[in-house]
Amino acid sequence: MNPGVLDRLRALLGTAAVSRDPDGVPRAVPDSVDALAATLRLVDEAGWRVRLEGHGSWVPPDARADLALTTRGLDRIVAVHPADLVATVEGGVPMDALQRRLAVDGMWLPLDPPGRPERTIGSVVATATAGALRAGFGPVRDHVLGCTAVTGDGRVIRPGGTVVKNVAGYDLTKLQVGGFGAFGVLTTLHLRLRARPAADITLLARAPRDHLTSAARDLADAGASFSALELFSPTVAADADWMLAARCTGSAAGVAGDRAQLLDTTGLAWTELDRDRAHAFWHLVTHAGSGAAVTLRLGVLAPGLDELLDLVGQQLDEGLIWAGASHGGLRWAGDASPDQLRTLRNLAAAREVPLTLERAPWATRQAVGHFGAYREGVGPLVAQLREVFDPSGRLVVAMDGVDS
Amino acid sequence: MSQALAAELGRIVGPRWVRTRPSELTAYEADGLPAHASRPALAVLPGTRTELIAVIRLLHVAAVPFVARGAGTGLSGGALAAPDAVLVVLTRLNRILHLDPARRRAVVEPGVVNARLSDAALPHGLYYAPDPSSQSACTLGGNVAENAGGPHCLKYGVTTNHVVALEVLLPDGQVVRLGSRSGESWGPDLVGLFVGSEGMFGIATEITLRLEPLPASVRTLLAAFPSIRAASEAVSGIIAAGIVPAAMEMMDQACVRAVEASIYAAGYPADAAAVLLVEVDGAPGAVQAEADQVEALLLRHRATEVRRADTPAERVRLWQGRKKAFGAMGRIAPDLAVQDAVVPRSALPDILDQVAAIAARYDLRVANVFHAGDGNLHPNISFDGRDPAIVARVRAANHDIMHACLAVGGSITGEHGVGSDKLEYMPDAFDAETLGAMRAVRRVFDPSSRANPGKVLPNHACREWRRGAVA
Repeated sequence: MNPGVLDRLRALLGTAAVSRDPDGVPRAVPDSVDALAATLRLVDEAGWRVRLEGHGSWVPPDARADLALTTRGLDRIVAVHPADLVATVEGGVPMDALQRRLAVDGMWLPLDPPGRPERTIGSVVATATAGALRAGFGPVRDHVLGCTAVTGDGRVIRPGGTVVKNVAGYDLTKLQVGGFGAFGVLTTLHLRLRARPAADITLLARAPRDHLTSAARDLADAGASFSALELFSPTVAADADWMLAARCTGSAAGVAGDRAQLLDTTGLAWTELDRDRAHAFWHLVTHAGSGAAVTLRLGVLAPGLDELLDLVGQQLDEGLIWAGASHGGLRWAGDASPDQLRTLRNLAAAREVPLTLERAPWATRQAVGHFGAYREGVGPLVAQLREVFDPSGRLVVAMDGVDS
Repeated sequence: MSQALAAELGRIVGPRWVRTRPSELTAYEADGLPAHASRPALAVLPGTRTELIAVIRLLHVAAVPFVARGAGTGLSGGALAAPDAVLVVLTRLNRILHLDPARRRAVVEPGVVNARLSDAALPHGLYYAPDPSSQSACTLGGNVAENAGGPHCLKYGVTTNHVVALEVLLPDGQVVRLGSRSGESWGPDLVGLFVGSEGMFGIATEITLRLEPLPASVRTLLAAFPSIRAASEAVSGIIAAGIVPAAMEMMDQACVRAVEASIYAAGYPADAAAVLLVEVDGAPGAVQAEADQVEALLLRHRATEVRRADTPAERVRLWQGRKKAFGAMGRIAPDLAVQDAVVPRSALPDILDQVAAIAARYDLRVANVFHAGDGNLHPNISFDGRDPAIVARVRAANHDIMHACLAVGGSITGEHGVGSDKLEYMPDAFDAETLGAMRAVRRVFDPSSRANPGKVLPNHACREWRRGAVA
């Protein structure tokens, strides 16, 4: 460790912005894009390895590195434009603070990611962790219009823009969304928002799992669509049985139509929650896995859901599971060894289902990687893209497992 | 270009599918934007994926640049090949390889025409949502390259929101598979990166697309307004009410009059300063109620007349004028400069005032037809391209319009792409570092910069990036 670098860092950022994390690793808290870029340029020259953090509440801040670089000092909501339903925010803004601010102007960002409420928007975007609302409002990528990102060697790029439709230049923003920080640090995000719906209801049904997936298929056949139609394991639902939750948002008439279709099509016994109980319910299920060591997601479509649920139950367990009953996607949380994860990844890949390791202790991430099972020729492309955005490999991100 | 190369290409695809005579190549000199023209050295039309791969591998070995082209309906001068380049025409790769109604997915070759996919999906109660105006002719491969939009993208998203997986032929002849049918990727989102790369990263040889269920009910409303500003405020009022219409399209008086004077006359109110088309879709009860709510909002924002279409035949009639607007405007003068820019929705009235002022300053006729819901403008200038002085004025006016849009935080293109036409504005839209990053990413896919060279990125404006390890 070169103490001279720390001194220069303190001179750059101010003494208060450089501390040490609980493990003794120096931590830098820059409070502007320029300061963050200057930090990366400085440590790049010094040859330091850097791990990226938001609030450190999702991906554990435990990667071996010479410096922890956090975006929590970049916590300004820069601009909110209710008439255009767009906002510009810094990467370190906590999700709960952002939603509160948007609500003041009758808007919301229809993203309900797992994790603690103070999770940063940068973390949500960098890891592309969407929640149940992805069924109605799309994956994380659909909400991001553009960004500012700082590369591993401290360059600042600004792809995309602030308008809702834009095809100028290559879409480098897509590379940053779900890139786990391997292509740079997300310092600013331009977000697409929605007007808060006039009506927002949640209905729950409890039944054996296959009854619920069968009901979801009936709804799909009837052409029904909901803002969320999510299946929860008993542990997530804190219930004796599996649970299917339907969230309908929109105009009062639209929501009434959704409710009627739900009741008419499925034959399940639905319970409608009032606003307060619905809020508490979604909070409970969204954060149910916050304490788990490992979280992963599987890119499965609804017709393959039953088979994948069986597979996950066999290879891991049936503890904490969230699954998109209409639009697919399955999230699991719990404890799993690298071997178990590799096996599941291979079995899923054989079914054309990608497994993304969302979070795990560093040793597991390093062994398995966030990604893996690349198709032929893709690995070299990813490696070369990393070289573009982090030429000296300063950013410590376990993209691929050591054996993939 | 050597005759030997033409002969070798002929051995791959059959001699009749290699075009070398000037008379044959004239058809490939321009796309839908005739202001830009360039004749390729030759055009080759592979008939199968295997032939296409063999063609690209041959061009790689011969170090010859190439440009992929679909139906040539693009509006940015994007699919033009310089005299030293080979044009690879993909229209014969037009097979729908797989329709999977249960998963709501389709796998297609790049030359499949956009509207044909929706036709094929119709018996399953599904359709392909992005609907560029040229959908009866444009190809899905071209849609992927340009990240094409269309009127119904307001609710359903543009091409990138519907592409879940791609098989890509890289410029060196290597084939890679990106994405998965679920839309979750195997790694970083290379599908999202590829869509909209304007043919400069390679050729999509197989495209997996998301299909949508046909809405159970659709209502279309047409409203006349005494001013563009009033119509724009109605648009914002509808969005702010939490309604996301399937489409919200506006035409100004010049556009409406052009339509009504043409064979496409749709009975639009020609005395209105602006005509707004709003379409809502979904479950029947909800659509009825939303249509009522939209009508009330239109009237509250000073609509002088609201017409409703409740049957498919009435809807077709209301849409006819909008869909044929470009054709109608094209009849006013020998040439039409079709523009594409985006502004924040709230800036629409001010920008349209500015566009009118710019047109007046250069003594040009401009008509506006645009996707009002997402602020995507199409100011179209009718002119006589045989007069160089007029052409110069059109160029100057376009320049001023682009800068006016950028000044309010807009974009130089919402759905047509940069191609050749918007190249000069890229340094105004992006800083040198960002342009440099784009060029560096392009080199990852195409180290020798042979795929659609000279488009999108003005080299002089790109800051140099350290080059990644390349083959």
